[in-house]
Amino acid sequence: MSVAVAPPAPPSAPQPDPRDGVTVFEAHQGGLPPLRAYMRELWRRRQFLVHMARAKLKGEHADTLAGKLWTLLNPILLAMTYFILVAVLLQAQSDSTLYLGSLLSALFAFYYTSNALRMGSSSVVGAGNLVMNTAFPRLLLPLSACASALLLFLPMLAVYAAFHLVAGFPLGPQLLAVPLILVLQTGLSAGLAMLMAVANVFVRDTGRALPYAIRLWLYLSPVLWTIDQVPESAVRIVQFSPLYPILATWHQVLIDGRGPDGWLLIQAGGWAFVALFAGAALFMYKERDFAVRL
Amino acid sequence: MPSVSKHLAPEEATASPTAVSVRELSVSYRTTFQPPPLPGAGRWTGMWASRRRVQQVQALLDIDLDVPRGEVLGIVGANGAGKSTLLRAIAGIVPPERGRIEIRGRISTLLSLGVGFNRSLSGRDNVLLGGLAAGLDPEDIRSRYDEIAEFAELGEHMERPMKTYSSGMSGRLAFSVAVHMNPDILLIDEALATGDAAFKAKSSAKMQELCANAGTILLVSHGLAVIRDLATECVWLHRGQLMSRGDPEEVIADYATYAQTKQHAPAIYDDE
Repeated sequence: MSVAVAPPAPPSAPQPDPRDGVTVFEAHQGGLPPLRAYMRELWRRRQFLVHMARAKLKGEHADTLAGKLWTLLNPILLAMTYFILVAVLLQAQSDSTLYLGSLLSALFAFYYTSNALRMGSSSVVGAGNLVMNTAFPRLLLPLSACASALLLFLPMLAVYAAFHLVAGFPLGPQLLAVPLILVLQTGLSAGLAMLMAVANVFVRDTGRALPYAIRLWLYLSPVLWTIDQVPESAVRIVQFSPLYPILATWHQVLIDGRGPDGWLLIQAGGWAFVALFAGAALFMYKERDFAVRL
Repeated sequence: MPSVSKHLAPEEATASPTAVSVRELSVSYRTTFQPPPLPGAGRWTGMWASRRRVQQVQALLDIDLDVPRGEVLGIVGANGAGKSTLLRAIAGIVPPERGRIEIRGRISTLLSLGVGFNRSLSGRDNVLLGGLAAGLDPEDIRSRYDEIAEFAELGEHMERPMKTYSSGMSGRLAFSVAVHMNPDILLIDEALATGDAAFKAKSSAKMQELCANAGTILLVSHGLAVIRDLATECVWLHRGQLMSRGDPEEVIADYATYAQTKQHAPAIYDDE
């Protein structure tokens, strides 16, 4: 990849604006692009994330009668579908209010990450025109996919909050942990979105297989069932999922009404860090070849 | 930006009269394709039997090119000659396989469909998002937005999804965005082919205005008349190689002779 000739600028001097200076493009044999310049260019375009995420949602609902209402209808219908499936048809649960609460919280949280994955996988492949015609740090694309997923998650949180209040679920200082869990989950989701984006450019089968992988992941995660329903031998396997610590802390804070377990938070942070680091590194390592692979 | 290797100080940028300098540039694409099944293969088995192969396509080979500031360089050549790839490499979108490109100044690209990347969004959103991705200041885009919309003559269409636009309307918007970004170097790929007669006149007037302001323009077009009218210099690309460079009339004559007779290209001309 690119020969990273770092600008030997003195630390105090302002970085030359690329608009005025000389820009050099050279063949690259491997490695990452110059990180400081890359991050500066990325930061300069931060407003793109917000506008792209908003415009994308607007575009998706432009042709429907209910319009923006769908961002609220989607999670409600989703929860109803699974509730009917599991609680009514299987009659598996004794306390249906408690079950519905834990189903809603876990399902919405799961959908945040799976939406980020889904939108992330198509973020580069689906932006062909932009990638072919404009030079910009490509990390902007999976990041804006994650921002879209976050924008979809906020109305879900609102739906859940309404249910939480109506059903009389516990309120207390433990709810202060919600922003922290949200940040950790966003880190994990963004990292996974980057991985899916780069994987789908080079192996298009990724995008095809992803919906099935996500479905399987849903059934293997404590969403439709809780961890205490799992046989002892399978607990370890379930707990190894990158999403498990996040789902478990959501459950502790929202349903059990207690502070999040410290060890689970450390695991969640670890997964988020690994996903972000691996995702960003692999993406940036490969992104200069995107234009010739689309 | 994907392959920015370094930025030098602004003083160095203004010292040289060369806006774009390309040295021994080669670019290749990797494509996978499925060779047609052998004649002996069965109708159904043939579909599965053929293996995919990876092919290296040499898009540009050892290109050396200097474009002085203020020059309008026309680029002509047959389909697949590497014209668009050359512009993309200069814009920093496609990485060089070998060689080096130096750019002095800020580039604005008008490559086939730079604006309109998401056709379910409105023209307004596309202008804003395209500009943000190109690294423009959001305030900058907002302040120029009215000018862009007015020049493109789109009126209330700006609020409608771009999938409702005709190809001429999309082309007008793309052109308007590119020329209103105050670029030092403007890369244009076949954009003047769109738009009606009135808009063509207006856009070539705008281009001449940009040239007068010492802007540098690289212009790819199959419309040889456009090149003849606007270009001060012309190059002919053939299968990724630079065949000739010089006065637009002469280069176009060479290219036209080749295109009519489809003979083998003449020997490589010197720079003058």
